[in-house]
Amino acid sequence: MCLAVPAKIVELQGTAATISVEGALREVDVSLIEEPRLGDFVLVHAGFAIHKWDPSEVDEWESIRAAAGLPGVSG
Amino acid sequence: MGIDSGGGGTPRGERMNTLIPSINALARRIGREVNLMEVCGTHTMTAFRSGLRQLLPRNVRLISGPGCPVCVTDTNYLDAAISLCRRPDVLVATFGDLLRVPGSESSLENERAAGADIRVVYSPTDAVALARENPDRKIVFLGVGFETTAPTVAASIVAASAAGLQNYFVLAAHKTMPHAMAALLQDQQIRIDGFICPGNVTVITGAAIYRFICEQYRIPCVVTGFEPVDMLKATAMLLTQIADGRAEVEIEYSRSVTDRGNAIAQKLLAEVFVECDAGWRGLGMIPRSGLTIRAKYAAFDAVPALGVQFEPAQPHPGCRCGDVLRGLITPPDCKLFGTACTPTNPFGPCMVSSEGTCAAYFKYERRRAA
Repeated sequence: MCLAVPAKIVELQGTAATISVEGALREVDVSLIEEPRLGDFVLVHAGFAIHKWDPSEVDEWESIRAAAGLPGVSG
Repeated sequence: MGIDSGGGGTPRGERMNTLIPSINALARRIGREVNLMEVCGTHTMTAFRSGLRQLLPRNVRLISGPGCPVCVTDTNYLDAAISLCRRPDVLVATFGDLLRVPGSESSLENERAAGADIRVVYSPTDAVALARENPDRKIVFLGVGFETTAPTVAASIVAASAAGLQNYFVLAAHKTMPHAMAALLQDQQIRIDGFICPGNVTVITGAAIYRFICEQYRIPCVVTGFEPVDMLKATAMLLTQIADGRAEVEIEYSRSVTDRGNAIAQKLLAEVFVECDAGWRGLGMIPRSGLTIRAKYAAFDAVPALGVQFEPAQPHPGCRCGDVLRGLITPPDCKLFGTACTPTNPFGPCMVSSEGTCAAYFKYERRRAA
């Protein structure tokens, strides 16, 4: 139940953001993270972004996924 | 005692086939049985789905603890939710996980089939939207979940308050993890040698919350991500600590977790909730392991606002979910498992929830055994 999905912010208006998860779009609340920006990668849980990844953290996750033959967070 | 990201840092570049020889060597060096407990339903699922348990050496056991919020929710909470949904002016909004969990006499799913207005939502904000759209109804959101989920529920209460909504209520049964972990360590029936700490709970809380476990109980804690390689890396980190005689908090999931956590979410939690003692299914009452809504927001607390009563309730006779949640037995040790209790006809919450240990065993281990 504590599952959180990594996603990219593709639209942003105040505390409402549209995220893309492997191309699927959804609106989420970004009021729980500091200074959300367009293009940020965030962890999303129950409709809220709960953490913002910096680029090196995205790279790490991408490399783990790639090693397992799974898709990354492009989108 | 510091917190670091684990002497080899992140799992970047590491592969299962390099970690497994290290784990085997560490297990030989330790030379006794080691019990590592994970306390997160997502870890349970990763471990079962990937076959991680089969990769570990014979003397390293991976035990699933009370990491599924649905599984640890008391029967009397479900009875209260069911009683609420029978009121004609109430609309219950819930995460889908709770629908099929049996209460004493019924489940939300049964009540919905009988005509109760129960809506499955993805986010507490969806429940607030229902309150806006249905001003003549009382919307009750079932606030279940750990520290990861509780801030999103807190945000919904603050939003409802700011919007002046008078028909949004939360039936809160949020649980917090550290003192439940300590309670497990005080239980003399099982020896735990290390904790695989929940990743997304710790995104919110920060890793420092586990330090007292290392200091008071001398048990190592590693905050862990959700890919199989994360869990293997965490296993290696825990075994290294055990072999070295150390008990420290380390962060394997450093791509998301810091020592201090999410300050905005913590502030929101403190604004809306206050720590309380909480009843855990299978574990009983654990001091300081729950969150209750502050008096300031009592108008949104379903318990006083709607006069909710919690009646004593007993789980199904024969159901051993409590022992499964404490790691005392594995699901096949329960007489009901796979016979009377299956995912299509579950008796206990560990079989209902997709993250429950019994459901995971049923789905993955039975097939392996067959």
